[in-house]
Amino acid sequence: MLDKKHIGHAFKAFTTTVEAGKIRLFCKAIGEDDPIYVDEAAAKAAGYRAIPAPPTFLTAVTNDDPDKGGLLRLLNVDIGLILHGEQHYEYLAPVHVGDRITCQQKVVDMYDKKGGALWFVVSETELKDQAGKLVAKAKGITVVRNPDAAKK
Amino acid sequence: MATIPKFDQVKVGDALPPLVLPAISRHQLALYCGGSGDHNPIHVDIDFAKKFGFKDVFAHGMLSMAFLGRLVTSWAPQKQIRGLGTRFTSITWVGDVITVSGKVTGKREANGEKLIDLEVKCTNQNGQDTLQGTATVAAA
Repeated sequence: MLDKKHIGHAFKAFTTTVEAGKIRLFCKAIGEDDPIYVDEAAAKAAGYRAIPAPPTFLTAVTNDDPDKGGLLRLLNVDIGLILHGEQHYEYLAPVHVGDRITCQQKVVDMYDKKGGALWFVVSETELKDQAGKLVAKAKGITVVRNPDAAKK
Repeated sequence: MATIPKFDQVKVGDALPPLVLPAISRHQLALYCGGSGDHNPIHVDIDFAKKFGFKDVFAHGMLSMAFLGRLVTSWAPQKQIRGLGTRFTSITWVGDVITVSGKVTGKREANGEKLIDLEVKCTNQNGQDTLQGTATVAAA
């Protein structure tokens, strides 16, 4: 079983820059072809101050953690055992190319189902811009498949 | 380009124009691995996926959530989106053909804004929902 003592754990915050090239690759991967995501002039014509980050590009921002994999190390769980249960974003202000985003992730809940065969780890991440303004909140639920069986 | 939905003209039950996507390919998963920074090998390395009991690699849940985002931004400008969330209800395999659909479930006012609540989902070629989500859009 996983240890609920990790509820409340705060990971080390990190800061990353939103880059145009990363948004371009992200859009290619998801099949997004709206020019506002690749062409600054199109973005400005549509009322943005620069190229905006697509709604779920925030996952690329939070994945840019130099200590990537911190949750798995904290839980001592192999990456092959996890599934994504839920993801929620609350958008408080637009995120654009050039923004410097600081991400702070915390474990907020842990619970099991099916007699410990599945564990659910809930984490929340606050994303703040270079001015310290909260621009988004992310909440994710990571599902761990049968952590005990895997350790036998 | 999407225009800002008019609060008075949007009705509960209105359907968003659906997106029917090309079949999920291994190439798309490789691009998403790099594009999203989610480097979990279970999505791109079949040997790794089999070692953990899966028949094949499968799509990142967040790739499908990006499709939900595309649906909403095709209906309303991105700057109007206040929230997007989903449950990942079943695995999306290579070759699956995903349809993204949504409908208006509510209208309300909060924080001085006129908000439209949407139900959004991804459904595979067998009619099974792979994502069941919600979105909130600020209307004019």
